[in-house]
This record gives sequence, structure tokens and C-alpha cells, in this order.
Amino acid sequence: MKPTDEHISPQAHIVPVSLYVGIWITLMICTGLTVFAASVDLGIFNIVVALVIATLKGTLVVLFFMHLRYSTKLTMVTVIAALFWLFIMFSLSMTDYLTRGWSTYASR
Amino acid sequence: MDMATAVQTVERENYLNSNYGIKSWLFTTDHKRIAMLYLVSITFMFWIGGFFAMLIRLELLTPAGDLVSSDTYNKLFSMHGIIMVFFFLIPSVPAVIGNFVIPLMVGAKDLAFPRVNLLSWYLYMAGAITALVSMVTGGVDTGWTFYTPFSTTYSNTHVIGVAIGIFITGFSSILTGLNFIVTIHRMRAPGMTWRRLPLFCWSNYAAALIMVLGTPVIAITLLLVALERAFNIGIFNPQLGGDPLLFQHLFWFYSHPAVYIMILPGMGVISEIVTCFSRKRVFGYEFVALASIAIAVLGFLVWAHHMFVAGISVYAALVFSLLSYLVAIPSAVKVFNWTATMYKGSIRYETPMLYAFGFIGLFTIGGLTGVFLASLGLDVHVHDTYFVIAHFHYVMVGGMVMAYMAGLHFWWPKITGRLYPEAWAKLSALLVFVGFNTTFFPQFILGYMGMPRRYHAYPPEFQVLNVLSTAGASILAVGYVLPMIYFLWSLRYGELSPPNPWNAVGLEWMTASPPPTHNFDETPVVTWEAYDYEHQPQEEVSVGQ
Amino acid sequence: MASSDIQIAEHALQHHFADMEQQQETSTFGMWMFLLTEIMFFGGLFCAYLVYRSSYYQAFVEGSQKMNIWLGATNTAVLICSSLTMALGVRAAQTGKSRLMVVLLLITILFGLGFLGIKAVEYHEHWTSHEFPGPNFHFETGDPAHPATDPQHTEIYFSLYWAMTGLHALHMVVGVILVSWIVIAGLGGAFTPSYFTPVEIVGLYWHFVDLVWIYLFPLLYLISKKHGG
Repeated sequence: MKPTDEHISPQAHIVPVSLYVGIWITLMICTGLTVFAASVDLGIFNIVVALVIATLKGTLVVLFFMHLRYSTKLTMVTVIAALFWLFIMFSLSMTDYLTRGWSTYASR
Repeated sequence: MDMATAVQTVERENYLNSNYGIKSWLFTTDHKRIAMLYLVSITFMFWIGGFFAMLIRLELLTPAGDLVSSDTYNKLFSMHGIIMVFFFLIPSVPAVIGNFVIPLMVGAKDLAFPRVNLLSWYLYMAGAITALVSMVTGGVDTGWTFYTPFSTTYSNTHVIGVAIGIFITGFSSILTGLNFIVTIHRMRAPGMTWRRLPLFCWSNYAAALIMVLGTPVIAITLLLVALERAFNIGIFNPQLGGDPLLFQHLFWFYSHPAVYIMILPGMGVISEIVTCFSRKRVFGYEFVALASIAIAVLGFLVWAHHMFVAGISVYAALVFSLLSYLVAIPSAVKVFNWTATMYKGSIRYETPMLYAFGFIGLFTIGGLTGVFLASLGLDVHVHDTYFVIAHFHYVMVGGMVMAYMAGLHFWWPKITGRLYPEAWAKLSALLVFVGFNTTFFPQFILGYMGMPRRYHAYPPEFQVLNVLSTAGASILAVGYVLPMIYFLWSLRYGELSPPNPWNAVGLEWMTASPPPTHNFDETPVVTWEAYDYEHQPQEEVSVGQ
Repeated sequence: MASSDIQIAEHALQHHFADMEQQQETSTFGMWMFLLTEIMFFGGLFCAYLVYRSSYYQAFVEGSQKMNIWLGATNTAVLICSSLTMALGVRAAQTGKSRLMVVLLLITILFGLGFLGIKAVEYHEHWTSHEFPGPNFHFETGDPAHPATDPQHTEIYFSLYWAMTGLHALHMVVGVILVSWIVIAGLGGAFTPSYFTPVEIVGLYWHFVDLVWIYLFPLLYLISKKHGG
């Protein structure tokens, strides 16, 4: 009748409270970690560490709080499309900004 | 006897007569009625955009800038572009034809979110009214491209008002795209697999992807322009440390894929018409379907070809030039496949097919000249000249508007239950074709010879071609006025249409003309392949004379 | 109870859907598509941030030093807690515990309002320090030994700060309104284990707003080692 990807409807899946609380604790720890990392001088790696932690947090929110872990393949494709299109916008714009300084002619 | 047959009426209950009164239209959630609301709105906007075009062409009859001042001329081409792009071309096929036909084509009772569909129309109206009020009270002179810092700092016109209007209408587009994608994924009738889906659905699905992914970016960009103008913040202003090219990157990130939002639904119309009027299934169905998706994806990778001479890095320009060549390939695949569909087909020359022929020829010319523009060296010569203007009018008017006209004629019997007068329609198609080429072919030559765009004065040696172009525009205008008249005429006096006047294959033709509100009396179950013309009985096609 | 549960679900079934499952899956997919557009909407601002940060790193570092890392971290924690209560609220709806759902969502709203309150405090601080872009902008590092190296581009940092957090705060306000609507509907007994889709999709929206902040915090507040408070 209607096209479904899975035998069990994603909405039927009930996530245990303990898992939610566990994710929450992990998120809080990561927040503390990222604040701590900001007090250490890692030079250019400060932002790398911060973004890695943020991405970990984001992944947990999307997978478990937003139920992506239990959702259809179509939903997963939607999330991947979002990331891919952001990547296009960022990377192709940066091909301009990163290479403006490259000289076409021999430097003086 | 004469009185009874002079004005025929549809006896059966359908979506048009199921309810009367203005509230039944303004609060409808029926996708077919919403499509009609859009038809009225965008037709109105088309004539306003056309009015600005008329003033432009009148000014360009003479080399001197003598009809209007240069400031006014800047407003004319800006408003012509803004209205035609955002308020006519982008909604045209999706909002009018797509809204009407897609649920029927997939065998559904409505789109996935009917109330969101109505909201889309109200957002369109709110945006259009906002933009029109700004235009009437002074207009904008930034060009439809709103380049900074002129738009943010130096222009003295209603930039914020028009930007807000486009912002609001952008959300109309986003919601329509969202509705189409969800509908095509989730509302297909049993047996309607992706491989059996009409190519019109594939094309609109691809266009909807662009609407959903690209429009939010221009929304935020215009918002930043408005903020910068209001608070003098300087994100795009070099005097305050900003980069005007960042605006252009963000603007064109949407606006280039936007041209594919405009053309893809038109290509979908052509696919439907070519197959029906050749009595033959589409050659290479999978290739045409995937070409639509390829155009949508590749279309997002080429935007900086609008910025080749703006000051971007030449290395980035190289990358974008190469990618721009690539995006021509799927479009070419479609043209080849339409042609191959016609080969050894049984061609009928009714009006929709005439417009389809026009589309294929003119879109090819327009598309090829796009490939010229993708070449860096050539672009340096013709950028910001009439060559560019001719290029995009070939694809947008010679291509897209012809496809829209083709679709209106093709589905008119389904939408209204009436047949339009075929002879007048053929005449109009001919006038459009002749008028269009007379208007825009000279502009290729003018551009190549160096006439710049967006100037109301030009060197005297360009006058002959400009006069020719204006003459063509008046013929083109007649070609558009005639359908207005005979379509309206047909609503009352047109011959009643049978359910399937073209003897076409497709679910929308298997219900009454016009359809009942709930589309199908029973949910159809699809067991045949798309465009199964081999098994369609060869009845006489019944079209009014 | 079971029969009225099904009655509520049947009453909520819209005419163009074949059954409740199709309606649920369609609505959820619709919300994910909408969030896709929101990602691209914020994405434009993130792109501007990327461009200017990569070109004017020092100016961004200096601007970021003026952010109150403790308020920012507290706000991050507040939003994470609100996501927990939101997820638990959706679960309560899913398991038929309507009153628990209402309580959890009310707590979510409180967390949301708390976030907005802290944000208001921060905004006030930046406003009175002339850190709002425009003709009144005036940036000082506060450290006489290290004067501002590039105030013009630090102003762009602040433009992005106000634009990104402002847009985010606007989305929070909408989120609070949506959750309030769910609370009111829930009090009226609108949701059952067979029909709680609106709760689920408002939850998705709420988590998305949290997700955006999870990135805004390090990008705006933690660009480099904090030199002072």
C-alpha cells in the first residue's frame, strides 16, 4: 500500500531510559572536556579538538535523541545529503579563498 | 438545439464545481485548486515582468538614452529580472502543472502535506505583494543579482523591501519542493515503482531537490544584505573589511542551481509530450531519469562561472570552468534521447508538440552558448554583454516558457475539461517561435560585437539589430496574448474534453477531465511500464478544431 | 482505554493517507526534509564564518577572547539537558504516559527559557561594551600589552556572532512556542501510543536547534586558548 523500508515501523522502537541518560552523561562530559581543552594552549589544534568533540556530540544527538539509529535508510540519506551539500558549499568556496594568494607570475 | 450546444457544461461533479464561493478557493487544500490559484498569480506577475521588458525594448529602439533616465533604466531591468526569475519562472511549471498533475501521476489523492501546499501559495502571495509594493513605491536598481556593496551601501532604492519579498517567496519554493519530494517517495500507488514513474515526476523531483537544498542559502544571503543595509555591518563591504565576492559566492550558490529549478520541470513536460505525440516510449528512460538527477547535483558545482571576471582566483576559475562543461552532458543526453524517441515514431503535430519542437531546438542553441560561456577566454570577451542575455533568454524563454506553454496546452483538457481551439493555438505557437528568434538572435551578434548589458544607451552602429530585436518582441507579445484570450474563451465556449483527448499513457489520463476532488474513485494499481504506447489502442485523437 | 486510543488515532488520520503508519512516516520524513533546509540556511552563515576566519584568524581569536566561556558552557549544558527531557518526553508520549510527557516538556520549556535568559545577559554585556557592529562599534582587547591587531575584521567576527547566535535564538523561541503547543494539546489528551507524531517531530526540531548550538559554542567561544575570563 505504502512503500516502507523496514518491517517494523521506526516509531515502534522504544529507546530505554538508561540509554538516553547515558547519552546525556556523555554529552555533559564532552562539554566539560571541550571547555577544559580551551584552557590548554594547543595552538592551531585548539579548534581541531573543539570540532572533533562537537562532532562527536552532534553524532550522539542525531543518532539517539533524533532516533536516526532506528530510522529508515531514506532518513539516513537525507542527513548524508545535508552534510554533502554543506561540504560542497564550503570546499568549492574555499578553492577561491585559499588560492587567491597563489601567484600566476614568478614572485619578485 | 443551437442554444443547448452553444455553451456546454460539465454535468458531473469535479474539483471545480464541488464547492462554490471565494472561501472554498482561499481555504482549499485540494492540490488542483491550489494549482489554479498559482496559475492566476503567476500569470499576473508574468504580465508585469513583461511590461518592464516592453519598456526596456522601447528604450533600446534608439542609441541615445532618451526614453527614461539611466537610474530608471536600472530599475526596469532589475525589476524585469526579479519578477521573471523569482515570481514567474521558478514557480511556473512546478506550482501550476506540478501541483496539479503530480498527485495524479503517482496515483495519490493529494500531495503529502496539503495544508503546507496552501501555505506555499500564501507565502508566494505575501512575497509577491511585498516586492510589488516596493517596486511601485520606488523600485530597485541593483539588478536581480543584488551585487554588493552597491546593494548594501550605495543604492538609494527599496532593496530591503524587495529582498524581503524574495525571502518570503523563497520559503514558498522550499515548501513546494519539500512537498514534492515527500510525495514522490511516500505517496505512490501500489505498483508505481520508481522505474514506472513518469519522467515529469523525475524532473520535478530533481528540481525539488534543488529548491530544498539551494533556496535556504539565498534566503540567508538576502537576510545578510538586509541586515548590512539596516545596520551598516560590513560583511560584504570592503571599506569595512568585508568581501563583496563572498556575497557573490553565496548568491550564485543558489542562483545557478536556480536556473535548473527553472528548466528541469520544463524538460519533464517535454518528455511527456514527445513520447505521447510520437506514440512511442521514451528512448533510454533510465538515462533521462538519471540525467535529471545528474543535472541537479552537478548544477551545484558550477556557480562561480558567473564570477570569472569578478576577481576570484584563476585556479578556482579553472575548476569551475571544467565542472561547467560537465553539467552540459546530462542536458545533451536528454536532447539526444528525445530525438531518438521521435525517430520512427508516429508524429502528430498538435500544439503541444509544436512547442516541444521549439523547445528542443532553442534549448539546444541556448545550452550550447552556455558551453561557450563556460570557456574562460571566451567569457572574458562576452561577459556582461548581450551575448549572455541572449544565452539565458534562449534557455529560459525559448526553452522554459515554451515548455510551460506546451504543458498548459497538453494538460488544459485535464485541468479544465475543455479543449482549446487548435488553429489559434498553432498560430500562437508560430508567432512565439518567430517573435522569439527575431528578438533574441540579434542579441547574440550584438553581444559578440561588444554591446554591454544593463546600459540604456549604445553606439549607433548597434541600432539596426536593436530595432530588429524590439520588433521581434512585439510579435512575441502577440504570441503570448493570444493564448490568454483563447484559453479564457475555452473555459466557457470550448468543446468538452473526454478523459483522454490525446490518447496518452499515464494515470492522470485515466480519471475524468476535470478530475473529481479525490482524484480517483479507487486507488489505482499499476501493472504496466511507463509510456506503454505499444499497448495503447490507436484511437483517433480527439482534439477540437 | 485501548479503543479510545485507536479512536483518537483514527480521528487524526488525514483523508489522503492510506493508514496511520503512512501518515506517521510521511510526517517524520517531512520534518527531516525541513531540517535539511535549516542546515543549508545556517550553512550560509557557517560558510561566511569559514571564509573570514581562515583569512583573518588573529582578528577572530581576539574577538573570541571577549566571549564569556562560562556562560557559553552553561548554555551548552542547559540545551543538552533540555534535549534529554525532550527525548524522555517523546518517549513518555510513545508509552502512553501523557501526564509525564507534559511534565517533561514543561521542564524542556524552562530549560529553553533559561538558555534565552543567559543569552540575553550575554547580549547586554556585549551591547554595553560597544561590541555590536555598526557605527557605534568599538573594540578593545582589554589588555594594554596586546592592543587589537585588526579591529575591522574583529567587527566582522562580531557581525557573525550576533547573526549566528541571533538566528539560533530566534529558532529557540519558535521551538519554545512549538513545545508549548504540544503541551497544550497533550493536556487535552490529543496524544496516544498510536498517535504521537507531532510530539516526535517537534522533538526532532528541538534537537536540531541543540545541534546547531553544539557547533556554535566551540566556533565562537573556543577559537583559541582563553587568555583570561
